[in-house]
Amino acid sequence: MTAATEQGMRYRRRYTDQPSGNNMESSAQRRARGLGWFSIGLGLAEIGAPRSLARLIGISDDDETRNTMFALGVREIASGIGILASPESPGWVWSRVGGDLMDLALLGKAMNDDQNDRNRVAAATAAVAGVTVVDFLTGQQLSRPGGNASEHRTNGSSQQNRQLSSGVHVTQALTIKRPRSEVYGFWHNFENLPRFMAHLDSVEVLDNNRSRWKAKAPAGTTVEWEAETIEDRPNELISWRSLPDASIPNSGTVRFKDAPGNRGTEIHVELRYQPPGGKLGSLIAKLFGEEPEQQVKGDLRRFKQVMETGEVVHSDSSIHSGMHPAQPPESLEDVELLGTPREHAVQR
Amino acid sequence: MKANCWMGKRKVEVQEVPDPKILNSHDAIIRITSTAICGSDLHLYNGFVPTMERGDVLGHEFMGEVVEVGSSVRNLKVGDRVVVPFPIACGACAACDAQMFSLCENSNPNAWIAEKLLGPSPCGIFGYSHMLGGFAGGQAEYARVPFADVGPLKVPEDLTDDQVLFLSDIFPTGYMGAEMCDIQGGDVVAVWGAGPVGQFAIASAYLLGAERVIAIDRFKYRLDMAKERAGASDTINYEELNVQDALLELTGGRGPDKCIDAVGMEAHGHGITYAYDRVKQATMMETDRPIALREAILACRNGGTVSVIGVYGGFIDKFPMGAVMNRSLTIRSGQCHVHRYLRPLLERIQNGDIDPSFVITHRLPLDQAAKGFDMFVNKEDNCEKVVLSV
Repeated sequence: MTAATEQGMRYRRRYTDQPSGNNMESSAQRRARGLGWFSIGLGLAEIGAPRSLARLIGISDDDETRNTMFALGVREIASGIGILASPESPGWVWSRVGGDLMDLALLGKAMNDDQNDRNRVAAATAAVAGVTVVDFLTGQQLSRPGGNASEHRTNGSSQQNRQLSSGVHVTQALTIKRPRSEVYGFWHNFENLPRFMAHLDSVEVLDNNRSRWKAKAPAGTTVEWEAETIEDRPNELISWRSLPDASIPNSGTVRFKDAPGNRGTEIHVELRYQPPGGKLGSLIAKLFGEEPEQQVKGDLRRFKQVMETGEVVHSDSSIHSGMHPAQPPESLEDVELLGTPREHAVQR
Repeated sequence: MKANCWMGKRKVEVQEVPDPKILNSHDAIIRITSTAICGSDLHLYNGFVPTMERGDVLGHEFMGEVVEVGSSVRNLKVGDRVVVPFPIACGACAACDAQMFSLCENSNPNAWIAEKLLGPSPCGIFGYSHMLGGFAGGQAEYARVPFADVGPLKVPEDLTDDQVLFLSDIFPTGYMGAEMCDIQGGDVVAVWGAGPVGQFAIASAYLLGAERVIAIDRFKYRLDMAKERAGASDTINYEELNVQDALLELTGGRGPDKCIDAVGMEAHGHGITYAYDRVKQATMMETDRPIALREAILACRNGGTVSVIGVYGGFIDKFPMGAVMNRSLTIRSGQCHVHRYLRPLLERIQNGDIDPSFVITHRLPLDQAAKGFDMFVNKEDNCEKVVLSV
């Protein structure tokens, strides 16, 4: 197989939906944009005119002040650019909140220094405290589920759709060297999915188009929801969505296509879900290594292993969650062999 | 069981670790009789391959006896004597179908790590970093071998371990290096690196019809082995001669028709470019030192082929693309697709065309693996190839 076809096999992109024009911008985003420009202006002043600024806030003008000002200026400009680049994302606004707290701490220290003009320092402290409140409220608003994109009018009217359109959207594709009917058939029985989807505990088919899903959630908890199949075209497409009131509203579509050159079946997955805690939640999840596209890609890779080789392929390290040296396990009791019924695997 | 574990940069240690267990129904467990230290293990040893963990069991050149099989294994049974290819391949994906076994699409459970560095992931490899699967290796008393129906080759009782052990990696790797050159009658082939893989590239170039083969290295004992054992017609010690001038002289001003880089990412050299690469590599501005590769590209005759079997891990600097493009050079490369060479090369050994054991210079018990690594990396006592007996 050439590199080109390998690359053709894997096509991926990820984005969170964003309003496309200014007219769709939320008030929180407009405020964030203002804060972004404010950051850049303040940053430029700190770097370009540290003496005047020091006098304005009543701090003695020495080398240490100038160095501190320069560092703060760089920080402000970085926050400002970050906010302007993605005003819908709360991360940079929270970075401003962090910066505010740092400034307040520095001003508190300045208050105790006899060389400084206490009245001016107090005024500066009040001003920073005011900005902190604005930053905090903006960050909170942007972090709320659907909060930043509440003006989504194009995506249906139901509460659920509105929420999903502001959540995580992942697409992934992979080619599997099996006939389309077989690949579709295996996926079509949702109860097969936990065999290769690492985060799914179980799927129970309730009736023709309803199923109950149970998934692992962070910190050892589980979440459950019911889903309905909304479209099912044999050997072509399966589409589902969670029923209202699901704790993690989600929807997905899987498309099955013949790969060119008799290379089997292309499977294209599209998933949308609203992670707990909204955008901030997904940001935190990411910080802890839970990249949604990586999860889905991993699931698809294991699906391919099951379809092509009959089981999920394990190594001495992959059977452990987290990093583990490539050494055989002490016993099979404390490892997780996804998709491999133990009695099936072990035979002396 | 006892196993040789990577314990950090320039540190390996034989430790007591749990015995391997069947994790997949296609697995077999092998009791290892012979295992070797590969030149590519030195890249791990020297800390140039990312995603190693303290405690990783090393080793990807091993053979032994089957002691346990999973429920789906059909071609092997307990008691079979086998040699195991270093790439792990499922035999069922499109890459395996195309005989590109080292590109198996299913054998690397940690493919996502490799993808961050390499683009699409290659196969999993025994004892060769977490990026390439996190599989325990074969410098140990036992090893778990996934897809046991696809990889391991049963070997006849009349051949010794020494004769067939190198079917696991270095003989097929050297052979593929020569095969990728598409050697024609009358071709002059130059091989950079007279380590074990270079020796097999030289010998294989002759098996495939080369007229002359020139070996390039800096150690006299390696060049002597290339001439006396692998059959090189000429040798160049790059610490004594200018390689480009010497090659032009040896090829009537044309340059070698085919060039094989059997050196890889930790090439040595001299002068300002060598210093430049050492600095860039040490400061993480390039991961690999491509000194031999640059030299091979610049030396190759117009319209010739450069075959790269030395291991590269990441990114290189000052790559002479102008020479490649303007002089119509072909570059071919790859981790060896060992599975496709096992039977043909076993036949070569049985026919007496070659006895791969000629590269062995040292034998040590597994317990002394650390000593073996130390000798090999420092080229002490004319060390060419260390075999560990278990």
